[in-house]
Amino acid sequence: MSNRSFASRTYRDQGVILRTHKLGEADRIITLLTKQHGQIRAVAKGVRRTSSKFGAVLEPFMVADLQLVSGRSLDIVTQAQMVGPYGRDIAADYTKYTSAAAICETAEKLTDADGESAGAQYGLVIGALSALSRSVHAPELILDSYLLRALATAGWAPSFDQCARCGEPGPHTAFNAPLGGAVCHDCRPPGSASPAPQTMQLLAALLSADWPAADASATGPRREAAGLVASYLQWHLERTLKSLKHVERV
Amino acid sequence: MYEGAVQELIDELGRLPGIGPKSAQRIAFHILDADPADMKRLVDAVTNVKERVKFCSICGNVSEQDTCNICRDPRRDPTAICVVEESKDVIAIERTRSFRGRYHVLGGAINPIGGVGPEQLRIKELLNRLSDKQIEEIIIATDPNLEGEATATYLARMLKAIGIPVSRLASGLPVGGDLEYADEVTLGRAFEGRRILT
Ligand SMILES: [Zn+2]
Ligand SMILES: [Zn+2]
Repeated sequence: MSNRSFASRTYRDQGVILRTHKLGEADRIITLLTKQHGQIRAVAKGVRRTSSKFGAVLEPFMVADLQLVSGRSLDIVTQAQMVGPYGRDIAADYTKYTSAAAICETAEKLTDADGESAGAQYGLVIGALSALSRSVHAPELILDSYLLRALATAGWAPSFDQCARCGEPGPHTAFNAPLGGAVCHDCRPPGSASPAPQTMQLLAALLSADWPAADASATGPRREAAGLVASYLQWHLERTLKSLKHVERV
Repeated sequence: MYEGAVQELIDELGRLPGIGPKSAQRIAFHILDADPADMKRLVDAVTNVKERVKFCSICGNVSEQDTCNICRDPRRDPTAICVVEESKDVIAIERTRSFRGRYHVLGGAINPIGGVGPEQLRIKELLNRLSDKQIEEIIIATDPNLEGEATATYLARMLKAIGIPVSRLASGLPVGGDLEYADEVTLGRAFEGRRILT
């Protein structure tokens, strides 16, 4: 054990539960994104037992005020108080559930090494989960808007208007994920996508959180936009998101 | 790192659920010190379970024959199926003596981040069982935690489309917990007070 005292290793923060794993007989390992301490993995002891006081709080998609004790490899959750019980409404709607899973898996991947933007990422995650739970917009729009804004916050802002390579003002008719979004006729590499103009407009609306425009979009552009967002995300994360293929889209 | 055989044993033990590197080391040294006859029984138990025990071709519960005792028992109510995540949940519900129908073991809960979608569970097998017109009620008894709830949501929506009445265990079960930790009285009450979802 560390020779620092228990009290000096104790800290408080607000966090959202991104995912949980079973550990041993009755414990769970909780992956959290916190407001001030970035991504944390912590043990929640006994939460799978009937007598646990905070089992319901330390569930995926919940936001909680937490007290933790830092340990050598994993921290330990010692107190948890519910702040945003978003998981309840999300679990009651399968489309929301699969969207929330993709949001949290993306947040986990974007914050596992990058502590710098973690505070901003935290705000985006709880905003998206809250919107999902309250059905503020269609789940697929909340997901795609979150993905674009989270990538932009991580330093990979896509362009949906001016050419991502030469800066030529748009609108353009080609999209290329490796180059960073919309590309002009001259810069367009072979194999670029040719989305409908409405799809480019929807993507721009989702990135800038222009909800009146996004909410008014039709099914066709939503589907096409989702495919382009997924390709852009996979390109930058350089690994496959397990949850993305399970996302249910209308 | 230890030499060959000892390290191999530690590595294998460390792959078991809930066993960290320290526990793996402790168990490995316990095995080294233990009476050879005791360890022979452990090895035989592992060998037997891998050779003899299979999964019931109807419900997915563990079984030493092609179908399990419950599916073969003619006294069980053929009109009700209780859907659970794991075989150990069947044991927990059997202990309550509140249910006389048959079971369906999914093999887990829907967990997209873990790569588990509906296709990875025994949901197609459940649908196949429903072509039997005798079935009048499906009781969903997935774990009272978020993944269990989401799995129940998915199943209820699917079964509603087919037109079979679906019920879910009454609340009162601890939220966030595993079904297997619920005591018999609580679980029995949750069964009796189950509510119709569709
Ligand atoms: Zn250009
Ligand atoms: Zn069976």
